[in-house]
Amino acid sequence: MANSQSNKTSRNVATLLSIVIPGLGQIYNRRFLKGILFLLVAISFLITTWDLIDIGIWGLFTLGTIPREHHSIQLLIQGLIALIVLAFGIAIYVYNIMDARKDAIARADGKPIPTLLKGIKNFYDNGFPYFMILPGLLMLLFVVVLPLLFMVSLAFTDYNQYNSPPRNLLNWVGLDNFAALGSVNIWKDTFLSVFTWTIVWTVVATTLQIGLGLFLALLVNDKRVKFKRTIRTVLILPWAVPAFVSILIFSALFNPTFGAINRDLLSQFEIMIPWLSDPFWAKVALIMIQTWLGFPFVFALFTGVLQSVPQDMYEAADVDGGTRFQKFRHITWPHLLFATAPLLIMQYAGNFNNFNIIYLFNEGEPAVRGQNAGGTDILISWVYKLTFVTNNYNMAAAITIIMGLLISIFAFFQFRKTAAFKEEGRY
Amino acid sequence: MAMSTKKKSKIEVAFIYLFLLIMFIIIGYPLFWALMMSVNPGSNMLVTELFPSNPTWEHYAWLFTSPNSDYLLWYKNSMYIAVVNSVGSVIITSLIAYAFSRYQFIGRKYGLYMFLLLQMFPALMGMVALYILLNTIGLTDSLYGLMIIYLGGQIPFNAWLVKGYLDTIPKELDEAAKIDGAGHLKIFWTIILPLAKPILAVVALFNFMAPFMDFLLPRIVLTSPSNFTLALGLYNFINDQFSTNFTRFAAGSILIAVPIALVFLLLQRYLISGLTSGATKG
Repeated sequence: MANSQSNKTSRNVATLLSIVIPGLGQIYNRRFLKGILFLLVAISFLITTWDLIDIGIWGLFTLGTIPREHHSIQLLIQGLIALIVLAFGIAIYVYNIMDARKDAIARADGKPIPTLLKGIKNFYDNGFPYFMILPGLLMLLFVVVLPLLFMVSLAFTDYNQYNSPPRNLLNWVGLDNFAALGSVNIWKDTFLSVFTWTIVWTVVATTLQIGLGLFLALLVNDKRVKFKRTIRTVLILPWAVPAFVSILIFSALFNPTFGAINRDLLSQFEIMIPWLSDPFWAKVALIMIQTWLGFPFVFALFTGVLQSVPQDMYEAADVDGGTRFQKFRHITWPHLLFATAPLLIMQYAGNFNNFNIIYLFNEGEPAVRGQNAGGTDILISWVYKLTFVTNNYNMAAAITIIMGLLISIFAFFQFRKTAAFKEEGRY
Repeated sequence: MAMSTKKKSKIEVAFIYLFLLIMFIIIGYPLFWALMMSVNPGSNMLVTELFPSNPTWEHYAWLFTSPNSDYLLWYKNSMYIAVVNSVGSVIITSLIAYAFSRYQFIGRKYGLYMFLLLQMFPALMGMVALYILLNTIGLTDSLYGLMIIYLGGQIPFNAWLVKGYLDTIPKELDEAAKIDGAGHLKIFWTIILPLAKPILAVVALFNFMAPFMDFLLPRIVLTSPSNFTLALGLYNFINDQFSTNFTRFAAGSILIAVPIALVFLLLQRYLISGLTSGATKG
């Protein structure tokens, strides 16, 4: 009884010592080398990063106090980097505390203190997955996560063309930018029209490309069709040609002055359609082009899965007198969906973010009166314009956050689908 | 009765072929048109013909021989980025995927969620920050800056893909090796890697192609024409004077589109099987 009491005390002492000074708990556990190592790591971490974290956190809160001397944007980035570094520091610190506690328990249980070699081996074994992910994790943090955090932060500042460092200091403005999206007329109108077009674009273009891909896959899979290999190769061609090349070709084809569609095809019927200057026709053209670009991937995907649908299921359905539609509805479609749902969701997400086609076809034009986005701009190309053309960084960032929320919906469905697969296993 | 079913089937097949024929025309027309534009003489788009009376290779020759053309330089830049990106991404993602597929560690579950979420976020969302960051470390207008962004940005999608594939390799294999005394890295190198070759080939191919196809990132990062990639350079060809340079653009595009399309058509079977086996398993 007394023994277990002292066990509890020793583990608490070790934990507490490591909380006060990293490494001290390990030394108390008579793991001297490890203790000194933790102490050295802690001290060098503090020495090398103290200034960065100190200035960083200060900068993050104030965004600078002296105009022209303090650069708010650099302070903001330094602040975010400081947060990431701090998170690493805290992770090491917490690990140190847990390690001291674990060792104290092991010692109280009478386990022998591992030799130096054994200790190193244990460290290697436990740390192995971390070593593996560290290089990638660092890149991910600085190339993907940090920029996203930065963008999120900008949405709560007043950073725009007229108020930009180093001449001016930035301020935190809370939700003002989001409020402007909902109340200032030009923002409200533009946001509403861009938002609705983005949704229409995502749903219509993606559904069309999936529909056409599915239809063609079913046709070519028909037993009576010959030269399957050649047909498939041709149908996949639009996927094989780099998209930016095809989009620019289409942009020329639809050009009203020299494009072949008006000049060579529609002129036969005495029709001239303003493909680039009328928002409606520009949208129609974009959806047609995206269908052209996108169906081969779906077609190839479905073709692969169709070949794995067990034939005896169809034979059984034939015996039962199932119609063609019933067979599709109850055998083919569930199989296709089962194997490809996450990829199909990715198609929707991909079109939601499909900057390339909007920008390369017509740069989001034509201009529309009373709004600061072009007639075919989707959210992401609008954000691009706000950022690189008109330098409305704060509004661009606010819209980016809204986009991020919408994307999270896709991710949620994606996750549900993938999780479902995990439970069901493979057929 | 039997006769009419047969006839019906014949009509059906005829309609299938008819529909496929229409598809062939829709697919082929733009590509054929671009090909024909590239052999039209002169550069004035208003007088181009679908079947030029005197076809010429002058635009192709211009790309390679004119002192004003940076085409070869762009090709070299793109190749350089593509090779580094391809090799680098295979190394980085296979390490991450191995850890996520075979080890339990703190943060594993949330790491997977993070990958799933991040793969949907386009790099464009953080573009301002990337530009400022590259500026601070002096890597704007540099191919290395671009490589770093590509390498970091591909992680969420590819790590997920490769992890899904590794999950299908039976764990008994590495356990047997472990009993035989193989270490972590040895198992990775001698058992996992050889079996994961198909999916790693997919990752390598995707990341090799990406720099040839992407034009947005280069446009933001690179400013001097000597650093341009093919996509950016070709876009700038027609960005300023759309109607006057299109024939040259067409010639330059066909020279990239043909090799890429060939590689794609040869390997598409592997791409598809890699995607379906990797993506549907979490």
